[in-house]
Amino acid sequence: MTLLTTVFAAVIATVVWYKTAPKSNMKLGTLSLMYWGASIMWFVDAIFEYAELKAEYFTPAPADMLNDLFLGLSVVALGLIIWVAVLLISDPKGVVKGVLFKKAN
Amino acid sequence: MACFLIPVAEAIVTTVVGKSIEKKEAAPEVMKIHVDGNLEETVTKITFSQKVKWLRNMLWGGSALLAFEHVWHGEVVPWFPFLTAAGNPEDAAEMLHEMSTVGVTMAVLVTAVWLVMVGVTSYAERRAEKDETVTE
Repeated sequence: MTLLTTVFAAVIATVVWYKTAPKSNMKLGTLSLMYWGASIMWFVDAIFEYAELKAEYFTPAPADMLNDLFLGLSVVALGLIIWVAVLLISDPKGVVKGVLFKKAN
Repeated sequence: MACFLIPVAEAIVTTVVGKSIEKKEAAPEVMKIHVDGNLEETVTKITFSQKVKWLRNMLWGGSALLAFEHVWHGEVVPWFPFLTAAGNPEDAAEMLHEMSTVGVTMAVLVTAVWLVMVGVTSYAERRAEKDETVTE
């Protein structure tokens, strides 16, 4: 469930990046790469888990599924927080700089 | 248990190597491409350090989100030794085994995906240059 949630986040972030690129400087490429990196890592984790559990891997207990979904959504939220932090620190549009250092009249 | 530490180690190396390449790199190459058939545009090629940044972002981002999962499951704690598995030798051995199998595979697969991305980009650049040569 965590893998699925992250893959959906990665696909959505990539589609939004594609729609706005190359003019956008909202660092959406960073967001999508972050989600893709996590998706690949969870995919590897899933392969190793599948090798251990076999078919049982696809029939998780409802409580485990719910916990994994909750984790997945929290991961997506954390990814968005990291992205906002990167965006504000790098400030590609100069918005933060403009707010902090207003021109004197 | 601590599989994310291997991609973290690779991310550190990639960041250092990327910075060093960026310092030595010459200004990005400029090329002309045809957009929508006829419209000609002057564009700059993606530098290698920019491509290294893709790998860096995948490794740091993925590791950060994976580290959060380990905190969620109580495998990473904010007190020494930070990894619960490091508390006793039996769990530590299992943790090292997981790092050498799952962790290494994660780092290798992310790098392989990045290599494919670099390959596709280089192919697209070469094709755009070739088109330019033919139309000239």
